[in-house]
This record gives sequence, C-alpha cells and structure tokens, in this order.
Amino acid sequence: MTTTLAQTTHAPALPAQPPQRRKPPIGKMLAWVYLILFLAVTIFPFYWILRTALSNNYALIDHPSSLLPVDLTLGPFERVLGLATREQAVAEGGSGATIQLGLYLRNSIIYATTLTVLVVFCSLLAAYAFARLYWRGRDVVFGIFLSALMIPGIMTLLPNFVLIHDLGLSNTFAGLILPGALFSAFGIFFLRQFMLGLPTEIEDAALIDGLGRLQLLFRITVPMSQGPLTTLSLLTFISAWNDYFWPLMIAGNSDVRPLTVALGVFQQASPQTQPDFAGLMAAALVAAFPMLVLFMLFGRRIVDSIGFTGLR
Amino acid sequence: MVTVATGVPSRRRKSSGPAHHADWRLALVLVLPAAVGFIVFAAVPVLRGIYLSFTRFRILTPPTWTGLDNYRRLFGDDVFWKSLGVTVQYVVLSVILGLAVSLATAVIMHRLTRSTVVRGLVLLPFLVSGVVAALIWQWMLDPGLGIVNVAVKAITGHNVLFLGSQGWVIPTLAFIGVWKSMGYNAILIFAGLQTIPAQIYEAGRLDGASEPRMFAHLTLPLLRPIMAMVAVLTVISSFQVFDLVAVTTKGGPANASNVLPLYIYAKGFSQFDFGYALTMSMALFVLLLAITFVQLRLLRANESDTN
Repeated sequence: MTTTLAQTTHAPALPAQPPQRRKPPIGKMLAWVYLILFLAVTIFPFYWILRTALSNNYALIDHPSSLLPVDLTLGPFERVLGLATREQAVAEGGSGATIQLGLYLRNSIIYATTLTVLVVFCSLLAAYAFARLYWRGRDVVFGIFLSALMIPGIMTLLPNFVLIHDLGLSNTFAGLILPGALFSAFGIFFLRQFMLGLPTEIEDAALIDGLGRLQLLFRITVPMSQGPLTTLSLLTFISAWNDYFWPLMIAGNSDVRPLTVALGVFQQASPQTQPDFAGLMAAALVAAFPMLVLFMLFGRRIVDSIGFTGLR
Repeated sequence: MVTVATGVPSRRRKSSGPAHHADWRLALVLVLPAAVGFIVFAAVPVLRGIYLSFTRFRILTPPTWTGLDNYRRLFGDDVFWKSLGVTVQYVVLSVILGLAVSLATAVIMHRLTRSTVVRGLVLLPFLVSGVVAALIWQWMLDPGLGIVNVAVKAITGHNVLFLGSQGWVIPTLAFIGVWKSMGYNAILIFAGLQTIPAQIYEAGRLDGASEPRMFAHLTLPLLRPIMAMVAVLTVISSFQVFDLVAVTTKGGPANASNVLPLYIYAKGFSQFDFGYALTMSMALFVLLLAITFVQLRLLRANESDTN
C-alpha cells in the first residue's frame, strides 16, 4: 500500500521541475553509498569473527590483513569446546586458558529459557486481569506497576544482590532467575495493550455458554494472542541471553554463570602480551550463535515487533 | 414492550453480575505473582537502597546509620566526579552520534528500500551481547593486529591506541555502543516514518518544497515524539553502560573510562563498600530522573509540532 502511495507522489513532481531531473539520481546514489557503507560497518565485524575463529592464532600475526582465514583450521573451536588437548591448543596459539563452553552454554539456556517462560506466563496472567477483569483499584495498581519502568536497573541491582545474598541464593539458578521472573512492567503493559484491542464478543458468547474466566483466558485469549506472546518471548529471551551485569554479580565465579560472564572470564585469562584472538572469536561466535539462529527464524517478527513497541 | 433486541443485553447484564463478583477473586490470583515480584524485587529494593545509602554497610555485618556521611563523602570524592564527567562525555557522544546515524539510516532506508532483509541486517548488532560486541571491536581495534589499525597505519603511517589512550578511549567506547544500538534505533525511527502519511509529502511537493526543506519542515517535526523517545532511551541506557567498558578497558587507562556503573560495581564488589556504592546509585537515579524530565519537557515528547 505504501509503495503505491510513494509512486503516485512522484508523478506530479516530474513535470513540475524537468531541469532538476538529473539531480535526484545523484542524491539517490549518495544515499545508496551511505546505506551500503552502513551495512558494511554493521556486517563486517560478524564476518571478521568468523574469519578469525577459523584461523591459526600464530599465523594471524604474519597476516593481520588477510581477508580470508589464515591457515584455515577448526582448532579454535575445538579448544574452546574442550575437544582439543592442552598441547594441541597451545601449539595453535591457545593461551592454555580453558573455557568449558558446553557447561556455560547449558547455563545460558537454562537461565534464558526459564526466565522467558516465567516472565511471559506471569505477564500473561496479570495482563489479563488488567485488560479483561473488573476489580476495584485496577487502574491504580496498573499505574503503580507502570511506574517501575522509570526505575533504572542500577537502582535495584545492588539491593537485589543483597537480598539474594541474604536468602542464601547466591550462585544458584534460583538467585539468578527469581528477581526478574515474576514481574515485568514492559511485559504486562505490552500484553495488556494487545488484549484491550481484542474483540470481546467471542468471550461474551463463551461466558454465556458457561465457560469460566480462567478457561476463557487459556482457550480463547491465549490462542488469539500468539503473535504478541511470541514477540514478548523473543525479546525477553534475547535480553536474558545477553545479560551481563546481574549474572556477573550473582554468579560471577560459579558453575551456574552464563556464557556472557564466562566469555569475560576467558578474556581476562588470556595473556595480555599474546592474546588468543582466534579462540576468543570462536567462543564469541558460539555465544552469539543461538541469537543468529533466532534471527534467521524470526528476523521479520523481531524487526516488526521493535517497530511496534516503539509506537506504543 | 420487551423486545428481542433488548433481551440480549439484559441477559448479558445478568450474567455479568456474578461474573464481576468472581472477577475480584480471580484478579487477585492472576495479579499475585506479578505483585509479589514487584514488591519483593522492585519496590522494597528501591526503598531498601535508599535506606542503605545512608548507612555504612559491608554486607557481612549489619548496616549502621551514618546519616549524610556518604553524601558528604560523595561531594569530596574526586574519583566520583571524574567518573561522572567521563560518563557524561560518553552519554553526550553516544546520543549525538547515535541519533544522527540512526535518523540518517532510517530516513534513507525509508526512501530507498522496504526490504525486510536490509532491516534485518541492520538489526544484527542488537542481537549480540555487549560482551560479544566488546570482544569483536577490541580485536578489530587492537593496536598491533587489529584490521582497523592495519588500515589506519597504511593510511596515516602510525597506529592509534583506540582503547589504550586517554583521549581516544571514550569516543571509541561510544562508537562501539552506537554500533550496537544504531540498528535498533533506526528501526524505531523507521516505524515512526511509516506512520507519516504520504499525502503530506505530496502536498509539500506540489508547493514546490525541495527534499531538504521537506525533511527539515515536515519529517523532523513529525518525528519529534519518536526522536524524543529514542533520545530518552539512549540517555538512560548510556548512563548505565557497563559490559562494554568492563570487558574492554576495565576503566583504564588512568580512570579515563571509569564510568559510573563501573565505579559503583568496584566500590561494592571489590571494596565491599555497599553503603557508598548505593549512595552513588541513588545519585545516578536522581540524575536520570531529572534528565528524563527535562528532556521530555524540552522535546515535548507527547505532541508533534503539526497538529
């Protein structure tokens, strides 16, 4: 629809200013140059991770500007995944520092998945109560909930750390997940907004047929809200997967630390004089890989949902 | 008198009576998890944070009330002020660079292509963690082997210590931050552009307005609410930058990139001075609230210029 509108808008402009006809193409070419440069800056680093991760770390020193992997090898992946012996790793320029990527990958999956399921479920319940049920104080409570959007993370991070510490939940998944799992101002707001837009006729009919409110929620509202529920799940999963500050505080040096924190530790363990760039890039790629898969599967939805959330 | 038509609503009213009564109890159950989460992990922590910021608190021993001592100490803490200055530099650079690049990209994308593939690619950096972004750029900017420095050396004859010199470190970190967020912001602004009706431009063209004039007098004013939102979000997230700096420089060289969240973290977790760390987060909180308020006022976020 928008394209047809754009076409019609061009039409009257052309006869009005014939001498300027050559000008727009130059502007357009510059615009294309900008866009291509922009995309290059955006994408090149991703290629560079791959190129470096497939290189021999020693060979990198001699060919820092080679656009292709230097001395093509899967060694960096083998050593960060713990498939190579220490000798092999050191021979290929590994620092001897190890990272049990498998374990941390598992941790990240547990952390991000559990958090996502809980956030989406709790937000769904609350959103339904705010969108469809009538109870005294509803709007006041909703307003109070929304005010949480104004609290910057840094304000609650330290007190929450103290709380989790007092509860004896430091270095556990429960401690990692709990503070963010039950309440998400954004999640509630986002789902409520969508539910308010759903037609009430179907629910009214079902109510008359004697279905309970709870049955309505799960049999009618949930199926109709699949789109926003997927969106909220994706956004929550992405931010949990990439989270660093909170996991660093609560699980900084333990077996439950997620990939982001483990990557940081791996990097610190790399010697300053001769860092294992190939290994670091291989590990970074493994950490980013699930996001890239999500991107392939849901790219369009993610793009659309970000546009949508911005317009709220 | 009672017709079939009025029968339906009256039946609905009847059924909604008891339903409303039951609603109250069900609502309580449904809101309970979120309410517990809000109270235990948001409201109480904020209040507790405020309280603890007036105490001496080293986590293993109970807090002792020290009144305004922490706040007095804050005013005399040179590292804090330096840290605040560095953070403000970072924020200002991020906002200016970030808004300019995102706006330009959004407008150009809007004019050139509706391709979802392009918009998807633009969004890629948003999907990776700050840690991964920091690692890539630290490698690419490495003074010896980094591809950027190889290119810089080929052109200018010498390397640049992007992350290792006091002058370069903050602009470089701001660049990495912008690299990570520019696609996300561009998509937000792009969505805003899509809401502007094409007829407005048509009218502008008929009046003989040039492209730059239309951009300045139509696009920008109409985009004002969304630009304000992007600006506020950028300010808030930039003030809380942590992962980029923690991974690349850890605040160095010579505190030149010791941003406030990093200093707060160091006070709390290296020196176990939680009371003071909380005093600083309070200061940051108040600062953020004030800035957001002023910003929304200045940008009049809720209304676009043309009504």
